[in-house]
Amino acid sequence: MIIELFEVAIVGPIMEMIGFPAFFFEVVIGGLMAGVMYSLVALGFVLIFKASGVFNFAQGVMALFAALTLVGLMTGTIPLFRSQVEWLALPAWIAIILTIVVMIGLAYLVERFVLRPLVNQDPIIMFMATIGLAFALEGAGDILWGSEVKPLDVGIPQGFFMWQGIQFQIFDMWAAGTAAVLVTVLAIFFQKTRIGRALRAVADDHQAALSVGIPLKTIWVIVWSVAGIVALVAGVMWGSKSGVQFSLSLIALKALPVLILGGFTSVPGAIVGGLIIGVGEKLAEVYWGPLVNGAIENWFAYVLALVFLLFRPQGLFGEKIIERV
Amino acid sequence: MFYREAGQFKTSYGADQAIFPIVQDRWFVGLVILLAYAVVPFVADEYMLQAILIPTLAFALAAIGLNILTGYCGQLSLGTGGFMATGAIACYKLMTAFPEMNLLVIFLLSGLVTAGVGLLFGIPSLRIKGFYLAVATLAAQFFLSWLYNKVAWFVNYAPSGTITAPPREIFGVLVTGPSASAEARYMFTLVVVTLFALIAKNLVRGPVGRAWMAIRDMDIAAEIIGFRPFQTKLLAFSVSSFYVGVAGAVTFAVWLGSVETAEAFDINVSFQVLFMIIIGGLGSILGSFLGAGFIILTPILLTNTLVIGLGMQAVTAKHIEFVVFGGLIIIFLIAEPLGLARLWQIGKEKLRLWPFPY
Amino acid sequence: MAAVAQHKGREVAAGEVLLNVENISLSFGAVQALIDVSFDIRKGEIRAIIGPNGAGKTSMLNVVNGFYHPRHGQIVYKGRVRQQMRPHEAAAQGISRTFQNVALFRGMTTLDNIMTGRNLKMNRWKANLLPAALYVGWTRSEEMKQRAFVERIIDFLEIEAIRKTPVGRLPYGLQKRVELGRALAAEPELLLLDEPMAGMNIEEKQDMCRFILDVNDEFGTTIALIEHDMGVVMDISDRVVVLDHGVKIADGTPDQVKNNRDVIDAYLGVSHD
Repeated sequence: MIIELFEVAIVGPIMEMIGFPAFFFEVVIGGLMAGVMYSLVALGFVLIFKASGVFNFAQGVMALFAALTLVGLMTGTIPLFRSQVEWLALPAWIAIILTIVVMIGLAYLVERFVLRPLVNQDPIIMFMATIGLAFALEGAGDILWGSEVKPLDVGIPQGFFMWQGIQFQIFDMWAAGTAAVLVTVLAIFFQKTRIGRALRAVADDHQAALSVGIPLKTIWVIVWSVAGIVALVAGVMWGSKSGVQFSLSLIALKALPVLILGGFTSVPGAIVGGLIIGVGEKLAEVYWGPLVNGAIENWFAYVLALVFLLFRPQGLFGEKIIERV
Repeated sequence: MFYREAGQFKTSYGADQAIFPIVQDRWFVGLVILLAYAVVPFVADEYMLQAILIPTLAFALAAIGLNILTGYCGQLSLGTGGFMATGAIACYKLMTAFPEMNLLVIFLLSGLVTAGVGLLFGIPSLRIKGFYLAVATLAAQFFLSWLYNKVAWFVNYAPSGTITAPPREIFGVLVTGPSASAEARYMFTLVVVTLFALIAKNLVRGPVGRAWMAIRDMDIAAEIIGFRPFQTKLLAFSVSSFYVGVAGAVTFAVWLGSVETAEAFDINVSFQVLFMIIIGGLGSILGSFLGAGFIILTPILLTNTLVIGLGMQAVTAKHIEFVVFGGLIIIFLIAEPLGLARLWQIGKEKLRLWPFPY
Repeated sequence: MAAVAQHKGREVAAGEVLLNVENISLSFGAVQALIDVSFDIRKGEIRAIIGPNGAGKTSMLNVVNGFYHPRHGQIVYKGRVRQQMRPHEAAAQGISRTFQNVALFRGMTTLDNIMTGRNLKMNRWKANLLPAALYVGWTRSEEMKQRAFVERIIDFLEIEAIRKTPVGRLPYGLQKRVELGRALAAEPELLLLDEPMAGMNIEEKQDMCRFILDVNDEFGTTIALIEHDMGVVMDISDRVVVLDHGVKIADGTPDQVKNNRDVIDAYLGVSHD
């Protein structure tokens, strides 16, 4: 009986992978691309966590909100009344710039009304506040722009090409490329610039940062704005792929396992973690899914994170925290 | 001037540590209990009982469970829905497998099963601090939801995936099943919930509760005094899961009667119960009740005023509900993290001074 | 300080060695907190640990507590060599402490905070989960017994008025006193005090000194204390250890240490009487 189980559960799927290598690679590529999407969202989390120690549960909803705003602007929709006005429709690049402005405005509001009043509280309180923020923002987005699924097209080329018998989507290449550029820019930002250094100081110790004259409020607005822009990129990518809809906000939940794997404070960790989760999920679903009637994707990421917790709780790239009494 | 302690001297430590040390409080609570037990069943209509009172009680039990873990012990769980589902499934399997077993015993066993399942997910993550339990409970939420959906054994191979509670009696009165009256179900839920609430209150005001709060407030110092963080957190998680499991069983068998677990106990329920304890008051048994009532009532009120009154679309009312809840969470966390329970306490303190302003 | 001057007549405690710190070295990554430190503490005495900031004094207490594990060296407590001890084991062996930054449980009242100190003294069986759920009977009588003991500590420390106040609302000086109460509640044999008088005014310091001396006199508790106020150190301690940059630079009676060349250079500055 054990041998049968072993055969079905382990040998079977592995034989399938080896037997059809082109398909296997396609699944892996698909997983990598999904992983890139997760990484984009996780990136926003890491930014905010690195710079303010806050785990921003609302990151996924911010991506949704950004995408909704973008679509709204591009289709000339009047917020709240939701009627579309042809001549108000804006070309993609103007709409993107305006959306960035909106996200900066949002960052300012969040800092003023959520972060500042809670500045000395327990991290668990801040986390719960971001849960509240996520709900409020989602509701607001739906009220302003409507909750039906919307297509999004900012001009990213579609189509595919073949190489060595494996199918590659052009869109996915663009997504990967964008993510790479974003990560590089952020890495340079954090390491080289004055503001980047200030952000790292703030993440370490709020009080100390204040005492050397770093303006906490400004820093937080900057961080949340950058996270908002990252959220916009993520929202554009996801939205272009599968339409702008509510499920985008559920990505926030998936980001938690990504961060467990990669480490809460690591930018490369967010990428690697996202890729591992993306590939792992796809492989699990395609090769093991049929054995158990499907939908492994629902929980695979979380259980993987749980297993990871047992062996390396700080993630692949995270920092071990030394407690001082 | 009515709510004064003057003249009430406690002559023993026991009297000082009673649940309601002030005489007027005892009168008030007695009145509430009298109303709940003797007046409401005769006065309230079916709608009030079925749509408001019974779910409030059932969810208050879940809220007490989550409060024990998060409010008293400071560990965040996002898996309440999945554990309620576990309690419901356990209850269903026991009810169908042992038709003669007393319903209360079944509830207790369902709670124990849920505590066991909780331990599976809790043990790896309680050793570490921070958000990790949140991730583990998320894993539990999604995995358990999927499990009860995919593995037909849990629903006794019902093709629709729905579990239905067979009729059962307590003291000769039907309390589950389609023929059970709303009043009977209300009374049964009331008794079960008050009993468990009393036990919870006893736990939190004694040495067990102090250990939980010590770990919550400063676990390093607690360890140096001699508390064991891992065991304490584990105990909190087990008791919490037990309560949530019983709440799930009650929700299934007594309130809804028939349930599709993936739908009825999804991730939104986890958030709902979390909102209940934040708004009601973290670390307060009373707050669990207040929060449950608030979260259950608000959508009903919103629907009545906005949809029926102002003619808005139902879906818009739902979005407004999101904004209202999200906003309230933030407001409560900023202004009164101890929630409605604390507001209640402040109200009592003002009453003590009345008619003087301070 | 005049109020405690009368204490000077006490002879140095001649009890046996309670705690022996042998060649302890401790580092955090590249930072060396303690380098080959050795000293002993005798039963019934008041031992002061002094030195400039960053000398490693708190780290030393943390090692005694079992919170940090030294890279080299060992601790011998009550004649037995301790290996990797966890903090709650140290507590079970009769070691209690207070903290530099007042580690009280802010969500609880004074009474409850001190009651937590009784944790290890409570009868495990009578206060466990099941009896506690019912509260009447065993748990209740156990609670009452502990409450009676805690009330004696409250009387001793003169904090009756604030017993039901949540400690987060108390002024700093009172918080420190409550923390002392919590440490005393465990009936420790060795009491570690980390700057118990930091941030207090003269009156509060006098009270605190009085409490410390009373604890030592009445219950015979051995006390190790980190303190910066030299007047206090000279007046109430029997022997003094001086640390600087993780190294022990002096060890002896207050008078000996006061006139030690190295100590004056590193810490005391020009001695003035």
